[in-house]
Amino acid sequence: MTTAIVGASIAGVRAAQALRAEGYRGDVVLIGSEPVLPYDKPPLSKGYLVGAGAAEVTLLTAAEALELNIDLRLGVPAVGLDRALSELRLANGRRVGFDDLVVATGVRARPSPWGEGEGIHVLRTLDDADRLRAELVPDRRIIVIGAGFIGAEVAATALGLGVDVTLVSATRDLMSRRLGDEIGALFSQKHSRHGVHAVLGRTVAQIDGAKGDFRVLLDDGSELHGDVVVIGIGAVPNVEWLEDSGLEIDDGLVCDEFLTALGAPEIHAIGDVARWRHPVRGDLTRLEHWTNAVDQARCVAHNIAHPDDRRSYLPVEYVWSDQFNWKLHIVGRTTAVNPEMVTDPRTPDRIASLYSQNGLSFDGAVVLNWPRALVEVRRSIAAGSSLSDVRVRLGRLLESASG
Amino acid sequence: MPVVKADLGLCQGYANCIMAAGDYFDLDDDGVVILLRTEVDEADRKRVTEAANSCPVSALRVEDE
Repeated sequence: MTTAIVGASIAGVRAAQALRAEGYRGDVVLIGSEPVLPYDKPPLSKGYLVGAGAAEVTLLTAAEALELNIDLRLGVPAVGLDRALSELRLANGRRVGFDDLVVATGVRARPSPWGEGEGIHVLRTLDDADRLRAELVPDRRIIVIGAGFIGAEVAATALGLGVDVTLVSATRDLMSRRLGDEIGALFSQKHSRHGVHAVLGRTVAQIDGAKGDFRVLLDDGSELHGDVVVIGIGAVPNVEWLEDSGLEIDDGLVCDEFLTALGAPEIHAIGDVARWRHPVRGDLTRLEHWTNAVDQARCVAHNIAHPDDRRSYLPVEYVWSDQFNWKLHIVGRTTAVNPEMVTDPRTPDRIASLYSQNGLSFDGAVVLNWPRALVEVRRSIAAGSSLSDVRVRLGRLLESASG
Repeated sequence: MPVVKADLGLCQGYANCIMAAGDYFDLDDDGVVILLRTEVDEADRKRVTEAANSCPVSALRVEDE
């Protein structure tokens, strides 16, 4: 028996480890396209930019792979899949046969629509981070385009390094699509207070010039000048290598509720590339979250090791971000409705905003700087608690803290 | 018996360990992990190892003493 895992980032590595934890005795082949040991991505926009070493972001060493009997093949991308033969084609011409295949090829940074070249950066890989980090020196002028998580984190980290930071976003506030207006506004204010020049509600029309002298033209005719540009405008799934496989590709590899490709019970998808049928909502869902990748890896490893006891995948969505001295956590679904705000009166930076689609159910929360509240909302979402239950629990937290 | 160890300096309070094994882990008011117990029953080894593997900053380890 062989399980081949394509993609050696967090999803692929955790799948390999989980297969062994599940007692899987077959061969495990872990294939990564980059010629470096598997590494973790969240630090690349934070600690790694301020000088963390490569060892600190390594997810799996050669010794650990050996100990778990994982056949680690790095630096050779998979370029195709032959379903009839149950074989992968690698870029070096080799083929890898499998009984089960785990697709964990993730996403790549959405490329710049305003041209590419020296001094224009995206941030997704270790290589990207190495290039960007070399640019982040005091007084360098950097223009960050996009105020999602990556853009906001890069802006905060760069500012801490003494860089002159301008942040441009089409949204009215930072990360407001996921945070809601009020907490989004708090983040805009926080960035401004620390010295980020935030240009909000504006889109980029054009980028002219070259490294050291870029001119970014905005939709209102104004111009920004900078030495370096960083573009964080989302990501696209790495599925091109599967295009002639016959599998259904639509903004990711389309899977059923068991994370199994449609009509292909031996093929599974996990992590950012997986678009699977949500077992409760019924819609196709794709999440680009670290914890989701880990949980999906565990689910698929279980299903491969125990094919007679397969489990569907039901996530509790969870994302975090660290910016300046603030810790942000998003749990569940935080869109579409106005949240209810709960604040710790003694520590006004501690906020939980609670989301309910119908006023009764508890569907999601944004938690700022409040660890005990994070635990309560994560437990409540997992337990299916009601909005009023969560209110009571947070009220008790406030009482016990003041007593 | 296996034991679980925490690096309190690494912990960032993500609470993934609590979701995976709430009978072993909790968080204090500052968001630092609290070990509710350190000795891991053999029957819990897989679950607690999964909890450690779900830590985004690898602050937890299950070791054989």
